[in-house]
Amino acid sequence: MKKLTTLFAATALATLMAGTAWSKTFVYCSEGSPEGFDPGLYTAGTTFDAAAHTVYSRLLEFKKGTTETEPGLAESWTISDDGLEYTFKLRPGVKFQTTEFFTPTRELNADDVIFSLERQWKSDNAWHGYVTGGSWEYFAGMGLPELLESIEKVDDMTVKIKLKRKEAPFLANLAMPFASIMSKEYADKLQAEGKMNQLNQMPLGTGPFAFVGYQQDAVIRYKAHPDYWGGKQKIDDLVFSITTDAAVRFQKLQAGECHLMPYPNAADVEAMKADPNLKVMEQAGLNVAYLAYNTTQAPFDKPEVRKALNKAINKQAIVDAVFQGQATPATNPIPPTMWSYDDTVADDTYEPEVAKKMLEDAGVKDLSMKVWAMPVARPYMLNARRAAELMQADFAKVGVKVEIVSYEWAEYLEKSKDKARDGAVILGWTGDNGDPDNFLDTLLGCDAVGGNNRAQWCNKEFDDLVTKAKEASDVAERTKLYQQAQAVFKKEAPWATLDHSLSIVPMRKNVEGFVQSPLGDFAFDGVDIVE
Amino acid sequence: MFRFLLGRLAVLIPTFIGVSIIAFSFIRLLPGDPVALLSGERVMSPERHAEISHQLGFDRHIVVQYLDYLWGVLQGDFGISIVTKKPVIDQFLELFPATVELSLCAIIFAVVVGIPAGVIAAIKRGSILDQLIMGTALVGFSMPIFWWGLLLIIVVSGILQWTPVSGRISLMFFFPSVTGFMLIDSLLSGQDGAFRSAFSHLILPTIVLGTIPLAVIARQTRSAMLEVLSEDYVRTARAKGLPTFRVVGIHALRNAMIPVVTTIGLQIGVMLAGAILTETIFSWPGIGKWMVDSVFRRDYAVIQGGLLIIAAVIMLVNLAVDLLYGLINPRIRH
Repeated sequence: MKKLTTLFAATALATLMAGTAWSKTFVYCSEGSPEGFDPGLYTAGTTFDAAAHTVYSRLLEFKKGTTETEPGLAESWTISDDGLEYTFKLRPGVKFQTTEFFTPTRELNADDVIFSLERQWKSDNAWHGYVTGGSWEYFAGMGLPELLESIEKVDDMTVKIKLKRKEAPFLANLAMPFASIMSKEYADKLQAEGKMNQLNQMPLGTGPFAFVGYQQDAVIRYKAHPDYWGGKQKIDDLVFSITTDAAVRFQKLQAGECHLMPYPNAADVEAMKADPNLKVMEQAGLNVAYLAYNTTQAPFDKPEVRKALNKAINKQAIVDAVFQGQATPATNPIPPTMWSYDDTVADDTYEPEVAKKMLEDAGVKDLSMKVWAMPVARPYMLNARRAAELMQADFAKVGVKVEIVSYEWAEYLEKSKDKARDGAVILGWTGDNGDPDNFLDTLLGCDAVGGNNRAQWCNKEFDDLVTKAKEASDVAERTKLYQQAQAVFKKEAPWATLDHSLSIVPMRKNVEGFVQSPLGDFAFDGVDIVE
Repeated sequence: MFRFLLGRLAVLIPTFIGVSIIAFSFIRLLPGDPVALLSGERVMSPERHAEISHQLGFDRHIVVQYLDYLWGVLQGDFGISIVTKKPVIDQFLELFPATVELSLCAIIFAVVVGIPAGVIAAIKRGSILDQLIMGTALVGFSMPIFWWGLLLIIVVSGILQWTPVSGRISLMFFFPSVTGFMLIDSLLSGQDGAFRSAFSHLILPTIVLGTIPLAVIARQTRSAMLEVLSEDYVRTARAKGLPTFRVVGIHALRNAMIPVVTTIGLQIGVMLAGAILTETIFSWPGIGKWMVDSVFRRDYAVIQGGLLIIAAVIMLVNLAVDLLYGLINPRIRH
């Protein structure tokens, strides 16, 4: 604490000497406190915004506003013909931040990369358990411990990673926050001084902003990193003003106490749009809500029955009633901001008369079914019971009787996995690495039957395409395969795709250069305030 | 007086033990595995589970665990935050001044406005002024803090732009914390306008947190005054021709204050509960907001330790109030 106080004093002095007249401060009214500042240890977006997207950078980065990857700290890479060896060439001359608590003596090299990944992987690494009770949840969750064979230093600027099997989403995984690159030099110093825990409290990396200080639950301060490899930022200071209440965040934004805020209340959005001092950005979030039939049960094992039911659902009405317009009807199982999204796929239009006829043709009469409604609100489905009631009314029009059922949330998730489950389930998914595999294989692959595949749908044609795409390493080829998979999905209709909710970001009019991320994170490199 | 103190302590100690048992059982009664809850690890191998379980002492007899816990608590060890890995007591001490500062301002506000309002209402009993004051007090008393806070923010900060929306001081100011009290630290910093900023940030949270105590104090003052004003000695004083100011201000008010002091003391407990909401609305970095944030972070160690510390503080405050009351009113000591 003493150290931190000194730090505050020193920075205060520095701020005073620099004068406030020409320093540009950008204030972000963040929604909560970070869990810590080591992105490898945590899974919350709040933490990633405060640590991974400010202080750190990664081998690969997501191209702003997309889910495509681009070179980051790795300038280029090659993949061996068998798809098992990735050789990364590091960007030369990348400088770590100089802060009050550490002055780096060298630039980024292979040791930093190896340190950053191995500490999460190898249980005998001194840093593996440096935070008591901390675990490398994302690293483990993405299956990396089983996937990695070795990480080797070829020379100072080259790192070779060997995999046990082919895995195309691997590169996208390296662009995720948990794969942020730390300074081994800084870590070594902390280890020698017996202050390892500091790595999680005073972070230091190669990112656009250097950490200055954190006052628990109140404010986090950063300064622009003058030698950032991507160029110095236009703003000098970045401040996270932690404001947990969405209504208060809105008031602060209106009063000019902050420049940008995340997660507005749906009810405030109209007022925000009407305020001449504010502007509002919106785009489809990286999520999807769906109604999954149990495709192993009659009559839902027939695609034409599922197709007919899909045509009976008035999706627009659901979007209007549940989201007050802050969502778009979904056509594909992946959101439109995802690469490989196929916009040539035609959605099932709402035609109850046609649907009725299709059911008759399929020999279905007096059908009664269960629709499962989630008991909780999720970003992709704010009110599942309301949606279920609307579907109940829609299905009644084509002569199908619906009984709505619900369970406690944990039980709902568990029970809905059951292969012998009775009824169609409302559920959804938010993507976490920007790879279509994270939706298509995770939710609809044959391996996921009895797990995340709530439709219990195992279609060989679809599964082959998705597996092939997972193993291909060329993005163009993967795109083609995923688009074919989406066509198969639509033809076979294991789900009724319901909606993609919008992600809405209000900000002051004078904010420029902010790009909304489809992955839902908030990064402030490239942002400027104009007067 | 000494016996009185002993008697109070005799009640306090079992109460504290009771609260400590509740705090101790908290983790064990929650649904879910206490080892997972306390370590914060969700995915654990059986070996890892056994290791952490041993580290936390879960493999010992429950009574031994409790005694160990109580012994730690008595030495100031309230556990380690799962999230920040810092001792709970350190975080508490860091954040407590912010809550104290806000609570003090709120109670001063409540007393300074509440007592005169109650006195006026009592003197003008039955008048429109009385009805107005008591009506307002009733509204203030029944106002949900969350709604009241947001309403003030929207009107005073948002529309009128008289005060800042939230926080303790403008983010433009940046200086070390010396006492933890922003009003004092901002003066010590010597930065131009810092005190003004700290003061203006205090206004709305003070009003919001002070509203309920204010209403209670006003009502209590009024009824105590009415009772005292009907006493014989007041009538005597009046009959002697003393001016109303002397009768009310000196004779009546002093005696009417006795129950009011207890009320003020009791309001401190109420205030800590109110602080949880007030601090959350105004992003005020005190212990109330800390508890709420910890709930969202599932930081069970903080919730457990924090509750116990807060309970201890409330008990100590109540003890202090009792003693103070005993001093001004010797009758209750027996």
